[in-house]
Amino acid sequence: MKLKTALLGAVAVLGLAPAAFAERGADGEVRLTFPQAVSIVNPYLSGGTKDILAAAMVLEPLAVVDPDGVLVPRLAVEIPTMENGGISEDMTSITWKLQPGLLWSDGTAVTADDAVFTWQYCTHPEGGCSQATKFEGVASVEAVDPSTIKVTFDGPKPNPYTAFVSGLSPLLQKAQFEACIGAAAPTCTDANNMPIGTGPFMVTGFAVNDTVSMTANPNFRDPAKPAFATAVIKGGGDAEGSARAVMETGEFDYAWNTQIPPDSQAAMTAAGKGQFVVAFGTLVERIEMNLTNPSPDLPEGERSTVKHPHPILSDIRVRTALSKAIDRSILVEIGYGAGGKPTCNVIPAPEAWASDNTACLTQDLEGAKALLEEAGWTDTDGDGVRDRDGVKLSLLYQTTVNPIRQDFQALIKDWWSEIGVETELKAIDPGVFFGGDPGSPDTFQKFYADVEMYANNSDSPDPETYLAQYLCANIPSPETQWQGENINRFCDPAYDALHAELTGTTDIAQRQDIAKRLNDMVTKDSMVVVPLVHRGTLSAHSNTLGGVRINAWDMETWNVADWFRVK
Amino acid sequence: MLTFTLRRLLLAIPTLLVISLVIFLLVDLAPGSPMSDIPLTVPPDVRQRMIEALGADQPVFVRYVLWLRQFFWVEPAFLIDGWFGTTLSEGEQRILSWQSRSPVFTIIGQRLPQTLTVIGTAYLVGILIALPIGIYSAYRQYSLFDQGGTLFAMIGFSVPTFFSGTLFIIIFAVWLGWFPTKYNTQLDVVDWATFWEQIRQMALPVMTLGLANAAAISRYMRSSMLDNMTMDYVRTARAKGLSERTVVLKHVLRNSLIPVVTVIALGIPSIFGGAIITENLFGVNGIGAALIGAIHASDLPMVQTLAFIFAVLIVLFNLIADILYGLLDPRIRYD
Repeated sequence: MKLKTALLGAVAVLGLAPAAFAERGADGEVRLTFPQAVSIVNPYLSGGTKDILAAAMVLEPLAVVDPDGVLVPRLAVEIPTMENGGISEDMTSITWKLQPGLLWSDGTAVTADDAVFTWQYCTHPEGGCSQATKFEGVASVEAVDPSTIKVTFDGPKPNPYTAFVSGLSPLLQKAQFEACIGAAAPTCTDANNMPIGTGPFMVTGFAVNDTVSMTANPNFRDPAKPAFATAVIKGGGDAEGSARAVMETGEFDYAWNTQIPPDSQAAMTAAGKGQFVVAFGTLVERIEMNLTNPSPDLPEGERSTVKHPHPILSDIRVRTALSKAIDRSILVEIGYGAGGKPTCNVIPAPEAWASDNTACLTQDLEGAKALLEEAGWTDTDGDGVRDRDGVKLSLLYQTTVNPIRQDFQALIKDWWSEIGVETELKAIDPGVFFGGDPGSPDTFQKFYADVEMYANNSDSPDPETYLAQYLCANIPSPETQWQGENINRFCDPAYDALHAELTGTTDIAQRQDIAKRLNDMVTKDSMVVVPLVHRGTLSAHSNTLGGVRINAWDMETWNVADWFRVK
Repeated sequence: MLTFTLRRLLLAIPTLLVISLVIFLLVDLAPGSPMSDIPLTVPPDVRQRMIEALGADQPVFVRYVLWLRQFFWVEPAFLIDGWFGTTLSEGEQRILSWQSRSPVFTIIGQRLPQTLTVIGTAYLVGILIALPIGIYSAYRQYSLFDQGGTLFAMIGFSVPTFFSGTLFIIIFAVWLGWFPTKYNTQLDVVDWATFWEQIRQMALPVMTLGLANAAAISRYMRSSMLDNMTMDYVRTARAKGLSERTVVLKHVLRNSLIPVVTVIALGIPSIFGGAIITENLFGVNGIGAALIGAIHASDLPMVQTLAFIFAVLIVLFNLIADILYGLLDPRIRYD
């Protein structure tokens, strides 16, 4: 009897030993906090990253992008390529294979029909899908068989990894959302807040703009994951409070978007409970130059339109001088600390796509003054402000209300006054500035100022769509209800032609080369865009949370299945 | 009294309708767009379609009438359905938040408990601290205690909650580690352990708000007591040989409480309104945090509904304060 017990014990120990190292739900609860609370867990109806981060823990795409910008299969068996026959010879279709035996968290099977449905859901004209760009150029999505998804494009598509790739475009369960298509989409509150997914967690409780409670998905494909039994996302407050809850009081394990002043970063790190992690995507804080005249003396409807070139900034020498006067490393030091790097590029990353343009990194006040002299701007009346033909070199500089941006404004105003440029500052509520209301004079598209500062980024490592914003056709004007991304009103036929070449090019090295040239055309060659800081996303995680790999190319929660408790 | 109450209630209806229209127009005319939060990488045509899906492109009066119908017909119908299992609201569109696409009243239902618990407790704590301070300060005017009470009130008045709150966090959460900084709204109080946790997480926000509330009320209490202390009836009471305790706590206090009760009753709607800054600071995520979040996101249905509910509460508690006044002071009758 004793022997038998001992043997049983030994068997039990042997049997349990591997499981003890990797067992689903063994590590208790993982606690996340976001300065902005989660409003909805359906990325297709979401207004912002905060929602998609939560959704990425529940819903999964066919493939994700890893921190190095490389595609990694998720629900798919492998990444389709030309070589493995997944992409057709003429580049008009891509065929994905689903992993065998995939289950939704409710235990039903994942099939290609779910993908077809997701496409229909997002492209329904009345649905108001926020990720519609992911399905741009998609002519049809078919279920060839229950585990094969064929996406056909309306023309050759050099980058076919848009639909169903990254946390922005995951699969929805057809059975759950079938009645929620089109105009009914917003009314399906339960489905939108508790979607059935394939991811490591499933939503069990949802308090709007407050807390999302999750438990491990019992049907997750890897039986050993996730290590945590439950997850909580608490939202609200501010970046400082979120960072403190991880770094100083240790109440939370992970805080997203903790962009706080560099001195606070250092103080919190010193508390020794956690660390800041940063991921650099393509987000660039920049000054945009208005090439058209925003003068209030012009009749409404002609201000800031191509009818009237800018009286001062149309001269490249002035634009260059303004850029030369700025010391970007001081801006980084004061505003972002570890969360930023000085840059001269609109496309600062990934490295293979970034131009080697570094000329703007050193401040050159004398050079700037010389350029202004050469352009005919001299201080004739001795008041410290340059003038030419009775016109003062005076600029209106606008941005959003944000402490870092106001610091930047003050610093840059100082540097510009040193070279004899007078600057008037203006700060606008971000809701108005980015709101795009054609009736408001203060939107960034309307650009009723000489220069403005904000940040923008490309939503994929391949910058083709991002660079398209500087095409002539995208200039905002009263005719387009002030919609359009070319807010500088930059128009260069050579740029348009080169961009068309990029669209038609499939060779990756050639694409990178063209992208660099396009980047240089709007930055160092024309100084229409004056990049200042390459900004990262700064997040914080506790020292007891392992497995975090912050990701700039996909959602930060992309690998939450691999997170574990450090013991 | 009854006719007075009825008359006031009937008068409130047109007042509230005008208020609702004014709020609607104000919120609608305010700059900002429900699309301002979505990333710049989403192109303009997609934004336009999203706005259309929200119904935000409809003319303002269409939206106003729709909102009135939803607020006064669909939502009550939905409530009645919930109680009696009827199907009055079937197929009707409830008021949906633009930001979260959830019904606004569901969100309010989720948020009201923590607002009432935290802000309500803070109000109660404030009153409990304020009354004794006010009474004793007035009784011993210009004493050391009175000076101390004045200093306390000055601090409570002049230090903004975002400062005192942050200070409390740094002292009590970061240095001492006694209390959490983020309020857990999902905590169910089922036993002593969770009850204790609830007390701990309420401590900091209640402290912050209680200080501010106590400051205001203690000043009212003090000045009201001072007014009464010099009255003839007080001298009479003392001349009758009543003890100081009876004179102060029975005669003076009762009469002094009349205006203070009015002030307290008028302050109650603000409990429902939540405390925007304190809620945000401690992650209480009650009504105040919902309102400020909705304003930032230009979530018109949410802002409109919340603002209107506040208006109703303010009108209602003004009425209650008036009636209470009549009850407490027999000299005042409205008929």
